[in-house]
This record gives sequence, C-alpha cells and structure tokens, in this order.
Amino acid sequence: MNIVVCVKQVPDTAAKLQVVDSHVTWGDSPLIVNPWDEYAYEEALLLKEKFGGKATAISMGPESAVEALKTCLAVGCDEAYLITDPALKGSDASATALTLAKAVQKLGDVDLVLLGKQAIDGDTGLTAAMLGRHLGWTVLTQVIKIHEIDPAAKTIKVERFMEEGRQVCSAKLPAVVSVIKGINEPRYPSFMGIRKASKATIPNWSIADLGIEASRVGASGAFVAWPEIYPMPLKETKVEWIEGGSPQEIAAKLADKLIAEKVI
Amino acid sequence: MANQVWVYIDQFKGQATPSAWEAVSAAKSVAEQLGSGITALVIGSGVESLAQQAFDVGVDEVVVCEDGSLADFRVEPYAAVFAKVLGEARPKVVIGTASTRVRDLFAYASIDLESGVIVDATGLEIKDGAIVVTRPVYAGKLLCNEVAKKGQPLLVSVRVRAFPPPQSGAGKSGSVTKVSAVLGEDQLTTKVLDYVVEEGEVSVDGAAIIVSGGRGVNGPEGFEPLRALAKVLGGAVGASRAAVDAGWIPYSHQVGQTGKVVSPDLYIACGISGAVQHQAGMRTSKVIVAINKDKDAPIFNLAKYGVVGDLFEIVPALTEEFRKRLGK
Repeated sequence: MNIVVCVKQVPDTAAKLQVVDSHVTWGDSPLIVNPWDEYAYEEALLLKEKFGGKATAISMGPESAVEALKTCLAVGCDEAYLITDPALKGSDASATALTLAKAVQKLGDVDLVLLGKQAIDGDTGLTAAMLGRHLGWTVLTQVIKIHEIDPAAKTIKVERFMEEGRQVCSAKLPAVVSVIKGINEPRYPSFMGIRKASKATIPNWSIADLGIEASRVGASGAFVAWPEIYPMPLKETKVEWIEGGSPQEIAAKLADKLIAEKVI
Repeated sequence: MANQVWVYIDQFKGQATPSAWEAVSAAKSVAEQLGSGITALVIGSGVESLAQQAFDVGVDEVVVCEDGSLADFRVEPYAAVFAKVLGEARPKVVIGTASTRVRDLFAYASIDLESGVIVDATGLEIKDGAIVVTRPVYAGKLLCNEVAKKGQPLLVSVRVRAFPPPQSGAGKSGSVTKVSAVLGEDQLTTKVLDYVVEEGEVSVDGAAIIVSGGRGVNGPEGFEPLRALAKVLGGAVGASRAAVDAGWIPYSHQVGQTGKVVSPDLYIACGISGAVQHQAGMRTSKVIVAINKDKDAPIFNLAKYGVVGDLFEIVPALTEEFRKRLGK
C-alpha cells in the first residue's frame, strides 16, 4: 500500500488574526500542521503498519511549510516533498488540487491519497473532491472510519459522516479520502522521530518539476479571487444578567425573555 | 433555459433536505437584479414531485434527471449529469445549500466545467454586474468577499440558515425538462451499502434551538438534563470539544472549529467556558444564553442573557418552566 498524505501549514487555532493591507497576519503565533491533516497522517501510518508499503507526505506552500512536513517525518512518514514556487501564490482550491494531482502522478504507484476534511484557514473543504476528479479516482470525503481495505482486490470500505447519519460504502482503489475527527487519535512525534526529521532533507518541487504551466496555477490560474478580507464585524453584545432568589425564579425570568425574543 | 440563475435542489431519499429551498431565497436575491428567472436542477430517483415544490416556491423552470442509479448520492454520476446540463446551459451562477453532498458535487463538477466554487456563503450581492459572495474564513474570525475570475457558471453553496426559507404558494407552473443519466452503473466505482442513523436524536445541523454542554456537565450523565430541555424545546444537543474529547458524548454533537458550525435562533451554552475554537462554531447564533458558575467565563462576552449558577439547578428549572408554558 503506497499512501500519500497531503498536509497544509496553517496558523495556530488560537492565533489572534489581523488583516493588514488585505493580507492576513497572525503576529508571533506558531504555524502548525492543519489539525484535520493530523488525522490523515495518523490513518496513513496505521494503514502502513497493517499492510506495509510507504507513507509519503506532500505539502504545497511557502518554504516555511517544510516544518509541517518535518512533523510528518517525525511521526513516521517515510518521505516528504515540498511543492513550492512563486507562481503558486494566489492559487484557489482548484489550482491547489491540480498541483497536488500532478505531484501524486509524479510519485506514481499510489493506492490512496489521504487529506484532512478541510484546512482551517480557507475552510473550503473542496480540495479532496477536486483532486480526485483530476486523478480520475474514487472520491470519499468526510470519512470517520475505514472498515477494511483489500490491497489485492483494490477495494476499500468506509463510513462517511453525513447530515443524515453515517453512510457505509464500498469503493474501488485508487481513491482520494478526506478524513475527520473521530477516525483515530493522532500520535505525537517521538524524540527519536524529531531528531531524525531534523536531519532529513526534504526535496523541493517547482511547477516545472511537475510539468504544470504557470497559467494554470496561482492567481492567473485561479477561477476564484478574494479581493477583500476583513474581520468579522461583531455584534456589540452586553450580557444581561438574569438573577433571582431561586432557580425557579431565574428560569421564569429567562423564559419570559426568550419568549419575547420569539426564538421559542 | 436561458436563465442566468440556477439552483440545485439537495435531496435525500427523494425528499428535499430542510435547507435545500434556502438556495432559492439566495437565488431570488440576485436573479431580479440580473433580470433573470430561476431554473432548478433536480437529480435523483423518485424526485419528480420536487418539480412542483420548486414551482411553488417561485422557480420558473425545472430540469429533472430521474434514474435508479441516482437513488443514493454518489458524486460521480451526479456530477456527470450536473456538468453535462450546466456545461450546455452555462448560466452565470448555480446556487445550492452547503451540505456535504453539494460540497462534493460542486467541487467535482467544477473541474469538468472549468469554473469556480465558493462554499458556505452568508451573503450574495451584485456589484457592477458581478456576483460578490461573502463567506467566513479562518473559522469565522474573518470574512472574505469572493468573485469569479474566469469560467461560468460560478458554483455557490449557501450556509445553512444564512438565508430564510422561501415563501411557498407562488402557484407557478412552468416547463419541466427531463434529462437522462450520463454514467451507467458499470462505470461507477462506489456503492452505498447502508446508513447508520442515531435514533431519536435531533441533529445540530440546521437545528433552530441547540442546548449545548461543556466541561461543566461533569460526565456523560450530566447531559441528561440538557437532553430533557432540548426535548421540551424541540432542539438538538450540542457539546464543546472538551466534553467530546472526554468521551461524554459522540463527536457528531461537537460544535466549534473542529466540529460543526451552527447558527441557530437560540443557543443555550451550559457549563461551556467559551474558548475561541468553540465560539467559531456558534458565534452567529441569533440569541445566546450562557449558564456558568464562573462569572468571568469568556462565553458571557458573546451571550445576550447570562446566568451565573449551577447548571444542574438552572437547566431542570428551565425545562419545568417551558414544559408548563408550552403545555408539554
């Protein structure tokens, strides 16, 4: 089983974000592996431990994203590649998916691509399905459990987390699978792992290395642009304290308020 | 089919999903300014009655693809129909509700259509003839205005409850165009075997009222009073990450950055301190009530009504009060 894990480097979930000249900044908050992608690398490692083969991490991003790939190596991925190129700046989900597809094709002989269900910066959740379409592979998003994989028959059976419940489906490999919380408990890197990762050289791939024309990626290849980004205007709320001598009195007062609000 | 504005009607087992028609409201908000009528696209099996429902909420034309192979949503056959129909019509925009299905469908089909996708829109407007879509990013800490740069149709999913359900009773009727499935069963790589549904639970997705518990509920049994209140109010039970990670309640109830993003009319936070990651999932709720022992808990900065006290006293009292008032 050869598995590719796609990871993205994002600002920490607790980062205080600011917008300066239409660019998002996060001060000195750390950059982390997108939390959803931790479930993807953990699942890749579990499958590798079960079936053998190789787990390869790839990331598209600026040179700093090499740190996210080092985390992947530290937890046990075998190889990592950074896709970085000035021409990729301004890529939308579609251009990102195209780039990742070309990287997966360059790696070759891949059975499964794993991603987190979405990145916590752009929050689109589109990349997995787009990547699958580019590759012409099975797409299974929002997977909360991989029941079984038969590497010989090239089949996979999963449980997907849908609005109406969990959908159980079987499908053919190769597949692109996006995973969610609950599928596993991501491991922490070991001390040895961190030491090994710090010494590893992570090859850089440019778009030329992947055979992608510059016009198909970055701001020029994007189908969508985001000319304006700004802080969520917050409703000025001042809490109105509901007090009373007994829980019953508080409940009655609160019920009055909520009925007057017409939300019940 | 010269309409510039289309809607995709999300359905499950032949029934439109509760938020499916909100896409029609979003479509109406731009169609008039564009001088366009609205065409609805329905794909599935046993979905023909949805055409009349679409006319009833003000849609002008309907295109239906009805085929046994489309009984369960699978992205390949749905996207094949979607890309074929929209590739021929090439309207300006297609709007659907932001469900898991629609997200997959729009993403997959956009590659064939060579057009853009914008998900989770909370606002749509026309500026200088272009559609400007507002959506939250960075877990709702920021908003982004997005536009199509090239390709059409632009595929836009609208966040559940961001637009009101449309008025029914339009009494319209119009043309229904039938189209065939594109892929045969032998060309599909996925088979849906089963659905596992949590019985008797109201899902937090699209719920109008959510009663949510955090670390302060102290254990799995601590959710019982919350469930009782939710039941009386006809609402769903939510939870913070702390409660889910402690194993007190399944992940499907988690509200927040790594859970569900919800926007109910009423959100009652019980024993939830209100970390920024939790706020990301519920801050757009219309009315927030917080019940917490700690007067300085950050959740009170978002709350309209605050109760400092023991949730195990307040919540049952509230349940009893509403039971009386609502006659339950």
